[in-house]
Amino acid sequence: MLKIRSCMITNGAFKLHADLDIEAASSVAVIGPSGAGKSTLLEAIAGFRDITDGRVSWNGHDLTNLAPGKRPIAMLFQDGNLFPHLTAEQNAALGLRPSGKLSRAEHLQVKAALERVGLAGMEARKPAHLSGGQQNRVALARVLLQHRDLLLLDEPFAALGPALKAEMLDLVAELVAETGTTLLMVSHDPQDARRITRKALLVADGTAHPLADTTQLLNNPPPALSAYLGTNQTH
Amino acid sequence: MKHLLIAAGLLTATSAMAAEKPQLTVYTYDSFVSDWGPGPKAEEAFEAVCNCDLKLVGVEDGAALLSRIRLEGENSEADIVLGLDTNLIETAKKTGLFTPHAVEADYTLPIEWADDTFVPYDWGYFAFVHKAGVDAPSSFRELADSDRKILIQDPRSSTPGLGLLLWIKSAYGDEANDIWADLSDNIVTVTKGWSEAYGLFLDGEADMVLSYTTSPAYHLIAEEDDSKTTATFDEGHYMQIEVAAKLAGTNQSELADQFLNFMVSDAFQTIIPTTNWMYPSVTPVGGLPEGFNSLKVPAKALFFSPEEAVSARSEALPEWLEALSQ
Amino acid sequence: MARSTQPVSTVPGLAAACVVAALILGTLAAVAFRAEAGHGFLFADWAALRFTLTQAILSSIISVVLAVPVARALSRRRFAGRRVLIALLGAPFILPVIVAILGLLQVFGRSGWISELLAQFGAPPIRIYGMHGVVLAHVFFNLPLATRLILQGWQEVPSERFRLAAQLGCEGRSLFRLIELPMLARIVPGVAAVIFAICLTSFAVALTLGGGPRATTVELAIYQAFTYDFDLGRAALLSGLQLVLTAAAAFTALKLSREGGFGAGLDRTIHRWDGGAPIVDAIWIILAAVFLLLPLSAVVMSGLEGLFTMPPVVFKAALISVAVAAASTAILLMLALPMAATIAVRRHGLVELSGILGLAASPLVIGTGLFIIIRPVADPTSLALPVTALVNATMALPFALRILVPAAQDTVLRHGRLALSLNMKGRVFFTRILIPRMRAQIGFAAGLSAALSMGDLGVIALFADPEFATLPLQIYRLMGAYKMQAAAGGALLLLVLSMTVFWILDRGGRWHVED
Repeated sequence: MLKIRSCMITNGAFKLHADLDIEAASSVAVIGPSGAGKSTLLEAIAGFRDITDGRVSWNGHDLTNLAPGKRPIAMLFQDGNLFPHLTAEQNAALGLRPSGKLSRAEHLQVKAALERVGLAGMEARKPAHLSGGQQNRVALARVLLQHRDLLLLDEPFAALGPALKAEMLDLVAELVAETGTTLLMVSHDPQDARRITRKALLVADGTAHPLADTTQLLNNPPPALSAYLGTNQTH
Repeated sequence: MKHLLIAAGLLTATSAMAAEKPQLTVYTYDSFVSDWGPGPKAEEAFEAVCNCDLKLVGVEDGAALLSRIRLEGENSEADIVLGLDTNLIETAKKTGLFTPHAVEADYTLPIEWADDTFVPYDWGYFAFVHKAGVDAPSSFRELADSDRKILIQDPRSSTPGLGLLLWIKSAYGDEANDIWADLSDNIVTVTKGWSEAYGLFLDGEADMVLSYTTSPAYHLIAEEDDSKTTATFDEGHYMQIEVAAKLAGTNQSELADQFLNFMVSDAFQTIIPTTNWMYPSVTPVGGLPEGFNSLKVPAKALFFSPEEAVSARSEALPEWLEALSQ
Repeated sequence: MARSTQPVSTVPGLAAACVVAALILGTLAAVAFRAEAGHGFLFADWAALRFTLTQAILSSIISVVLAVPVARALSRRRFAGRRVLIALLGAPFILPVIVAILGLLQVFGRSGWISELLAQFGAPPIRIYGMHGVVLAHVFFNLPLATRLILQGWQEVPSERFRLAAQLGCEGRSLFRLIELPMLARIVPGVAAVIFAICLTSFAVALTLGGGPRATTVELAIYQAFTYDFDLGRAALLSGLQLVLTAAAAFTALKLSREGGFGAGLDRTIHRWDGGAPIVDAIWIILAAVFLLLPLSAVVMSGLEGLFTMPPVVFKAALISVAVAAASTAILLMLALPMAATIAVRRHGLVELSGILGLAASPLVIGTGLFIIIRPVADPTSLALPVTALVNATMALPFALRILVPAAQDTVLRHGRLALSLNMKGRVFFTRILIPRMRAQIGFAAGLSAALSMGDLGVIALFADPEFATLPLQIYRLMGAYKMQAAAGGALLLLVLSMTVFWILDRGGRWHVED
């Protein structure tokens, strides 16, 4: 279980308060108006933001002062998820070993992971020679190899077309189900949230609210959310 | 590893061999030790007679050389300093780092030499070099009144530059600053050292360049080119005398004496004209090389004693700055 | 805690900066402590200081102001010979001072090519000597450097930004304001500060082109204090003054230059869609090329004959110079890479400052200081080559940092977060991400440093070992022995060697700069 206990997250003048629990192996959508602090929340959990007050723990282990790479967390950002000078295989391999020096067995693991995300035969390509969807698949292969308990998605698929995005989300759903990973996913699109999460947490008015049922939250949005979603958005 | 051991063995062997012979360290200016200077030949000739290892260390120029010795002070590695000129002797003496010599020689200098510490090994007259076959001025006055363009060196950074400063001071005394003021429109530019000025002159940047009366000898002998000559000035020409001396702190005192005596002998003096392009301080038995005899010889030699040179410099330098900074 | 989380440690960079600061300030202190009672600051020094500052400020401003349009033109035009031209841009900078002076005056002098051309029409020769001559010479040396550094800035703008601008129909002035001005604001102040520092220590060039003692610089006063007056205290004082002035310029530049990179790009080949006026660009490129290449061709032409009269020792000297340049470049990278990484994660005053002081430190003071420090423990002459390599590396450091720091900042900004989330830190981030991402800049910096080391007389003259003379020293010796033609040949050899070394290292590093 991920416990966020009376946390104060600061980003310049911006402050976000969070106090909530997330069950292990659940999939949670993070929704809320633009600029409410959804990304900030994820970055704080991943260790990229100062937590000025409170604690974050995972399964009883305190994460608050741990370096990002030491946390049981994999994260995909809005962009820049791959290193442009490394091939698909080298990028994915970073999930196993940051040094990139792999044993033969690990090589096979990387190959398998790339195959699992549908990139067999593209191991030697660099990001500039992959499509947007393929680039995301490489990043997901790396997430697979990272074997982390938590996966945080900060809208990495925002740039993809609807069909492709749905395909990627389904792939994510499959992967987290296979591995029992806990998923936190920022989303702008209620469809995305409905597609792969049961639970949702609302970030609005400087607070990350406790979890609610995704469908219920989207169907009966509180005022802050309904203004953002638009009145016709609820169905 | 094996190779390293062998190399180390060889090194020890050579240094052991060297250690058997006493070493004499001579500090001099860089152009002396260069492959085209007197250094290599002088080293060979001295080592043939001394049963010693002569180590030459080059330091930029005469002024820098004296600074190096002052920097190192009493525990300098140098046994001999070779390459100061008469304008530096007074300052050098005041350091107390040098010791008197026991050299006696029949100097062929235009002036009497009686210094007990410094031994002259070559000398020359400062002069303006110009293309042969072109009328040249015969005095500073005439030069200043003409539209001839000259290249000179800065007295603050160059030996010939300082030589010119003292030349005009010795010829004109209190009127020196008027001469400088009149010369200022003849001066194309002032360079840091001799090489820049001479290079620019050869490129045709000016009619005349400050150098030595012996400079045409280089072109004549080394390049078989008689197109360069010097202008003879009625006021006379200032002399540069280059000297060497033994350091008081030497631990090779006898060897140092031997070197100073060797320096005024034929073996050394015959090397000087065609490597340093100066007159030897003791004309060798065989005379001067062909080419030196056709050089122009000033009718009058101008010279400040070492003591006079120091005060003349401190007086003339501000005048020079003033006159040329207008 | 997040604030202190960075993919690279600042410790190695700080350590490298301390080494550099210790070298520069330690040698200054060594000289100062060795001083006997002297004159201190003289009235004449005020005039020297005023002249030094005036020419350095003018030279740096004019160099960067001219470099901007030239770099802009080069960044958006593709033409045959462009690569060669860009490589040749490095050449004036690496010439030994004396060779550059002779080359410049063969073009701009009283009897230079231009004056001869004017004489055909009955016009008087141009008057090159004076403040304008000093500035002309310094622009000749530094315009190419400024152009290369600013061009590098243009090439580091991700091609995505230009694509976006093209899509927005953004051209000419508005493109300049949107993309180019912010880039220039980040890069130009640092470049100007570096050039200011170089010109601050000018001596032979300023004196010769300045036409006489009006053009007395502080460095000349230092030289005089060292040699004729043996006034070490005055030398240290004046050198300290140069350091303070450079530090002031560096801090001003830091204040003026803005932080921040251009965000992520995907290594697409730089491609620009804005047309601009081809004729204007062409004029800038041609003017710059003519200005820089004429004196160079004078050097080449005088050297051609001399090539065949060069004695064999010149080739030995060339080998020694290549070895010194290689050692110097290795030292440079060991210092510059950690320092660039440190500045990239957190701007650090000490690191930034020691990165520029190398230029302002008088070579005479560094050399003499090292001599004083080394002498009690070892024979300075036997250490001549290592010491020369070290000092040359320090002198190249400011250029290397100007080249490396923006790239290091961008790399940390673009990839730091992802690397951290993958637990890539320290050495792994350094070798796997930072160095590969900065390959182009490392190649450029290494090439420039090697070429600079090849051409610089450095401190070798103070330590000279007759057996191991470098090529510049042999060139000076040839000149001192009246062998001007052979010296010109040596200078041509040096030019060709330096350009080759520069070309190899620079090409080795570049992969997306050219299409």
